[in-house]
Amino acid sequence: MLARLKPHAVPLALFAALALAPLLGFGAGHSLSLLARAIILALSAIGLAVLVGGAGLVSLGHAACMGVGAYAVVMLDAARITDALVVFPVAILAGGLFALLTGAVAIRTSGVNFIMITLAFGQMAFFTAASLSAYGGDDGYTFYGRTSLFGTRLLEDRWFFHYALLLLLLGAWYGGRRLLASRFGRVLRAARENPLRTQALGFSPYPYQLLAYTLAGALGGLAGALLANATEFVAPSFIAWQRSGDLLFMVILGGLGQLHGAILGALAFVLLEEYLAELTPHWRLIFGPLLVLVALYLKGGLLSLPGLLRRG
Amino acid sequence: MAEPLLELRGLHKAFGALVVTDAVSLTVNPGELHAIIGPNGAGKTTLVHQVSGTLAPDAGQVFFAGQDITALPLARRARLGLARSFQITAVLPGFSVLENVALAVQARAGHSFRFWRPAATEAALNAQAMAALEQVGLASRAAAQAGALSHGEKRQLELAIALAMQPRLLLLDEPLAGAGPEETERLIGILQGLKPHYGMLLVEHDMPAVFALADRISVLVYGQVIASGAPASIRANPAVQAAYLGEDF
Ligand SMILES: Nc1ncnc2c1ncn2[C@@H]1O[C@H](COP(=O)(O)OP(=O)(O)OP(=O)(O)O)[C@@H](O)[C@H]1O
Ligand SMILES: [Mg+2]
Repeated sequence: MLARLKPHAVPLALFAALALAPLLGFGAGHSLSLLARAIILALSAIGLAVLVGGAGLVSLGHAACMGVGAYAVVMLDAARITDALVVFPVAILAGGLFALLTGAVAIRTSGVNFIMITLAFGQMAFFTAASLSAYGGDDGYTFYGRTSLFGTRLLEDRWFFHYALLLLLLGAWYGGRRLLASRFGRVLRAARENPLRTQALGFSPYPYQLLAYTLAGALGGLAGALLANATEFVAPSFIAWQRSGDLLFMVILGGLGQLHGAILGALAFVLLEEYLAELTPHWRLIFGPLLVLVALYLKGGLLSLPGLLRRG
Repeated sequence: MAEPLLELRGLHKAFGALVVTDAVSLTVNPGELHAIIGPNGAGKTTLVHQVSGTLAPDAGQVFFAGQDITALPLARRARLGLARSFQITAVLPGFSVLENVALAVQARAGHSFRFWRPAATEAALNAQAMAALEQVGLASRAAAQAGALSHGEKRQLELAIALAMQPRLLLLDEPLAGAGPEETERLIGILQGLKPHYGMLLVEHDMPAVFALADRISVLVYGQVIASGAPASIRANPAVQAAYLGEDF
């Protein structure tokens, strides 16, 4: 039993730490909000990690999928629809549909062009959100309450929310792992390593990549809806390209080799951002060089750190 | 006579002013090994690209088992039964040797929109992949990472991948390139064993190998077929000897 779990030691430890965190001094309102934000970003980052690490699709527009999910919550809220059984499926479908439509164009390109096109679609979503004056435009939209669950206000319970998020993260991580190991995932990985070889075997990578992009978008939509609930506020800044850059950075910071790298990256990112901001208002001056150092010296991301230390 | 497996009709391809394929017409019959030889830069690889579907010809047609496939993309042609090996090895370096071949088996099993079961433990895929590896003598290296193979082993893997596709036509672009003398010996043996079962279009610089294997040889110079026929007639052809300028076959 133990031997079978050993290869999963790091992700299991991560999930255990997240499960115990509220009991170990992270139970106060502010730290729980911080954790919620980290878990939601991790959820979104897992979708992006499947794209970048698995399929080799480096998207710089992933935050737009989150934004679409978040704005789905806003629009439904404005129409007085706040039932989770409606809100979350709509947000997931909206995120997926946005990814499907933009991906249908973007995936026809590759490399730098793909990055630029996803960035452009992200910016289009950003300016669209900013122009939605009915939903606050640039100023954003504040909720009076969170999405209701079976007619209750359960999502407003911080502990319930924390463990619900954790369960979703566990599901996304496990599902993503299965996906990448499946026949489908094998085609994605092959097309990343050598698209020509993959085609010569008889695969057209396009539909596989487009479906992966759509699934990641749907997960992003869910994460966006959750983030809207966590912050009880949505603004166009959610979709700014810097947010997409942050997500990409989390994935790379954690390490592309394995999916839990995205979780590690999101946690590290949120915690660093928080504590550096406490140290100095000029925290970005420290954060920036730190990112450069990681990119230079930690090629496998944080995942590769233990091996690196062991070798000395 | 039976319909040819592959027929090229008046293929033409130019890169700018450089004509690389000039009115090339040739056939490969079922079970026949048709070799293409010619000096460096003659346009052999470019011709293979047009057959496999990586490059579109400027003019002319490609027929496969009687069907005009000129407009079909690479992946569609592969599904029809056209397998190619690459002159510059193109195995998936991050995959294991077995997984490289299992992916080819998987390609033959229809679509791969299966999301849950780990592909690496699918016995049906792995068994057929192992069989292909055994055919080329690479079974003992199944677990190795493909990127870590020696050059000759990669050539064997290329061949195993092509075989696992269970194609009707093998397009082999210099399968012996860069292999050592022992590996070459072994690869020629493998090709000899495969010959009766497939149509093959073989591009190769190794003349002894070509003359040992080929049923028919076409000589390509500056994109043109200057001679085509049985090995003996090619050996005796003065135009070919002139093109190879004193090279000894
Ligand atoms: N994409 C391309 N664009 C421009 N020129 C090209 C291109 N591909 C090949 N060529 C040129 O076309 C000619 C034929 O190239 P090709 O690779 O088909 O030759 P080859 O017969 O396979 O040579 P070798 O024996 O060295 O493999 C060469 O002069 C090459 O430089
Ligand atoms: Mg060549």
